[in-house]
Amino acid sequence: MSVLVHQVMFEQRIFWRSREAAVFIFIFPILLYVLLASVYSDEIDGVPSADLLLAGLFGYGAANTAFAGLAITLVGRREVGILKRLRGTPLPPATYLAAVLLSTLVVFALETVALLLLGALAFGASMPENVLGFAGAVVLGVACFAGMGVGAASLIRSAEGVSAVVNVVVLPMAFLSGSFGGRGEYPAVLQAIADVLPLTYFLEIVDGVYLEGSSLFAEPRALAIVAAWGVAGLAIALRWFGWLPRER
Amino acid sequence: MSNAIVVRDLRKSYGGVHALSGVSFEVATGEVFGLLGPNGAGKTTTVEILEGYRRRDSGDISVLGHDPGDSPRALREQTGVVLQQSENTPLLTVREVHRQFAGYFAQPRDIDEVIELVGLTHKRDARVRTLSGGQKRRLDLGTALVGDPELVFLDEPTTGFDPAARRSAWDMIRSLRSLGKTIFLTTHYLDEAQQLADRVAVLRAGEIVALGTPAELIGVTRRTEIRHRLDGELVVLETDEPTRVLHELTTRALAEGRELEQLEVRRPSLEDVYLELVEEPGER
Repeated sequence: MSVLVHQVMFEQRIFWRSREAAVFIFIFPILLYVLLASVYSDEIDGVPSADLLLAGLFGYGAANTAFAGLAITLVGRREVGILKRLRGTPLPPATYLAAVLLSTLVVFALETVALLLLGALAFGASMPENVLGFAGAVVLGVACFAGMGVGAASLIRSAEGVSAVVNVVVLPMAFLSGSFGGRGEYPAVLQAIADVLPLTYFLEIVDGVYLEGSSLFAEPRALAIVAAWGVAGLAIALRWFGWLPRER
Repeated sequence: MSNAIVVRDLRKSYGGVHALSGVSFEVATGEVFGLLGPNGAGKTTTVEILEGYRRRDSGDISVLGHDPGDSPRALREQTGVVLQQSENTPLLTVREVHRQFAGYFAQPRDIDEVIELVGLTHKRDARVRTLSGGQKRRLDLGTALVGDPELVFLDEPTTGFDPAARRSAWDMIRSLRSLGKTIFLTTHYLDEAQQLADRVAVLRAGEIVALGTPAELIGVTRRTEIRHRLDGELVVLETDEPTRVLHELTTRALAEGRELEQLEVRRPSLEDVYLELVEEPGER
């Protein structure tokens, strides 16, 4: 347990000291929220735009922090031999991964608080109707997208390419799922693609707990699809995740 | 004294190509053991099997009484690893990296002592990314020592160093030896093996072709050379009886009243022996 805390503390120190991570992971969704909420000041799909965008960028933030952030971190560390070196110490691999995950959760929880405060103070956005359910959504989002992130890290073999690959996934996914302002008027083809993406269903759950005050478990189908994506990523990781850099 | 490492008939192949074909050796506790060989001979494969990073195809291995193939945590508590290539988190300071690693061990050493031992005290608050190549290597050694290991693996610890950095790395390795640590060292530098190792195994194409102290390796294979120049021509005498041959040579020269120009008596260096050993048959 104390080793886990020790490692989480170091993960936090490393994260906040890295300007790249802090800007790309932490600031970017907040910045996008400020931009979009300033442009769309009325209603989108019948919901106040400040609220709808906050829910959307919360979803984007989960994918960005846990999926993109984790994949970039793990691939980068693996390819320079940091993971290999850690495997040579008594630190148990499961403890290490748990620490990385917990640290990601801390980052996203702080980001959520920042989004909510900024939304309320600057744009008059609502506070979550179901606070506990919303907190649960923070954990659910990190869990699902972290599973996918570790899965992606298992498949991506190049430290140079990982950033490009995850952004090619995350940005279109966020757009299609309606993170940046609803998807009420998307053409049918785009809707069809959106219908298989985990972020679409995650946002469905978020809209429920944040705007309608419904239970986190109100949409069992959405919950199941989100969980399935996370588990699929985890299954890929269990089969292919490696600690050693690619052979050159 | 007991053996820190015992390896019996170790075999490993990658996709049908034999990387190791039946390697056996023992490393005594407190010994500096050098595994010497050209690139591609199987040094890293051997050391990474001993460290538990790679699986062997067959053979028996004991490292401090454990089988590294089972990846036992107890073994990782007692070993320190310096990989051929690995980095530390560039944004942490030297002291923070040591503290990070110390947290993984049940009974770590005092980190300031370790930093002192590897000669980074003046850089203790510097971030890793500002260190020179040699200083980064010292940091690698520091993180390997912070758990106070019985056994230290050093995979090509001075590759890419300038001569001064190599000398100071050698001094550091000698000071580890004086602490009673067992050291398993791979290198493709002969002088490094000669300078540091109590015993050397020469690996060629996955097989050990010689094993012994540096003096033994030189002693068994070649004779003494006596060279001088006579009227500008180089004369080389190879002999088992250097005393007699040299005496005859100098007696004659004295009688004739001439100087033996550029007189030199030399034992073959480990390099001569090594090149002879690692050259593929038919290359000579």
